[in-house]
Amino acid sequence: MSAWFDANLVSILNGAAIGCLLFILAIGLSLVFGMMDVLNLAHGAIFLGGAYVGWKVGGAAPTWASFLLALGVAVLLGLVAGGVLSAMTEPLRNRSHLDQALLTLGIALVVAELLSMAFGNDVRGVNAPPGLDGSVSVFGNAYPTYRLMLIGVGAVLAAGMWLLVSRTMIGAVIRGTVADREMISAIGIDNRKVKLAVFAAGSALAAVAGVLGGPIYGARPGLDATVLILALVVVVIGGLGSVRGALVGALIIGQIESLGRALFADAASFVLFGALAIVLVLRPQGLFAGATR
Amino acid sequence: MFLEVENLTSGYGGSTVLTGVNLSLDKGAALAVLGRNGVGKSTLVMTLAGLVRPLSGSIRCDGTELAGKRPDQIARSGVGLVPQGRRLWKTLSVQEHLELSALRRRPSSSSRPRWTLDRVFTAFPRLAERRRHLGAQLSGGEQQMVAIARALLTNPDLVILDEPSDGLAPAVVDRIGEVLRELRVEGVAVLLIEQDLHLAFAVCDDVAVMAKGQVVHSCATADFRRDPETAHRLLGVA
Repeated sequence: MSAWFDANLVSILNGAAIGCLLFILAIGLSLVFGMMDVLNLAHGAIFLGGAYVGWKVGGAAPTWASFLLALGVAVLLGLVAGGVLSAMTEPLRNRSHLDQALLTLGIALVVAELLSMAFGNDVRGVNAPPGLDGSVSVFGNAYPTYRLMLIGVGAVLAAGMWLLVSRTMIGAVIRGTVADREMISAIGIDNRKVKLAVFAAGSALAAVAGVLGGPIYGARPGLDATVLILALVVVVIGGLGSVRGALVGALIIGQIESLGRALFADAASFVLFGALAIVLVLRPQGLFAGATR
Repeated sequence: MFLEVENLTSGYGGSTVLTGVNLSLDKGAALAVLGRNGVGKSTLVMTLAGLVRPLSGSIRCDGTELAGKRPDQIARSGVGLVPQGRRLWKTLSVQEHLELSALRRRPSSSSRPRWTLDRVFTAFPRLAERRRHLGAQLSGGEQQMVAIARALLTNPDLVILDEPSDGLAPAVVDRIGEVLRELRVEGVAVLLIEQDLHLAFAVCDDVAVMAKGQVVHSCATADFRRDPETAHRLLGVA
């Protein structure tokens, strides 16, 4: 057991770091889909936009000042992008998911092409900010400091989101909207404003995830589709509109992506969708559907 | 007239359910809307609340046209909804239901005391004991009390209730009737959709009977009770 643990510790930690990143990415997707029934396939493009912001604003070897500035710019751009997406999907409110998917996929493709025109097709690698670019020893294994910090940031954000959703009036509006949005409007709260706010906040988190993911993935064409699929799998596994579901789903997918690939190297590309298929067979509504907290 | 509905037509997905509803209601009056299953009573409720868009016609409430407005605008104009099946938010506690409903509370009209959580707990003491429970953990009667309290906390001038007595014990139905009568005394108008004639007769002074998407008979409750033959013909009950 301990030999196994030693051999796979790095994979497990990598999985946790990826899981935390996926949580930050997927929470917005899950809440918008769960609350407003809007399927936003442009979510991955926002992540990639954030990754390019990290490279452009933060620089390939960022200082703390430029890294934090990049995060700030990503938040602003994410808020605006979420607002625009919310407005663009509004006319499709009562249409099928297919219509929404076509619109947001179209937006995603256009944004990806614009990013590719602006930044080229090379991988734009980004270093971790100073102090986090080295590695530390974890049970005798050297491990990148930045990824450990990512796990910490993910934990803090998850706790913050959980408190926000389960303990505040804002959270009550969100949970009520997931449960029955018509009745939220029947007590005088405008559904469109709730959707706008959640869309904007979720997109800002996706852009932040892009900046944070830069030092791991590097900004590159195609990353948007990769992370979108991971986020969709997280949402399907965790259940729609649930913070706990998004967190557990993200941590599971993180481990599958990292530990799963390490243990079953031959079947690496099947592990993710194999896990998805198992969940869909056993619990098609997701592990935590409707729980919201 | 406080509420005037004229030639209201509405329906779902291309099919017309309401084919021209006319009804009116005075300030503080109560009207029972009766009718067999499937005549469009619930569609009327959903259309008045803005949850189903009217195809044509007008809904004037206190001089404001509500037809075509969004449900949240209608709620803020003073229309409180107690929907069929109660529709509590199953992941919210009783306390959260009440606090949320008071969030966009209207300033109360000068003549009336405004609804607060304390006032709700006085009207429904049972809810004070259950404030930490989730909507899904309540009995049917408690759920109905929350649904009514939710509508009241928006400080409405008109409350629309869709079969509030459905599945409840007689004592609970009686309590609901008392609360509705107290509301009327304060000048709140009540539109009560009911199968339970007991509750309808106890609360309302007028009756409107619907058939095939229209109001086909309206009269005073007292006259309706004196004419069991008409009641039987319209409702299929004695």
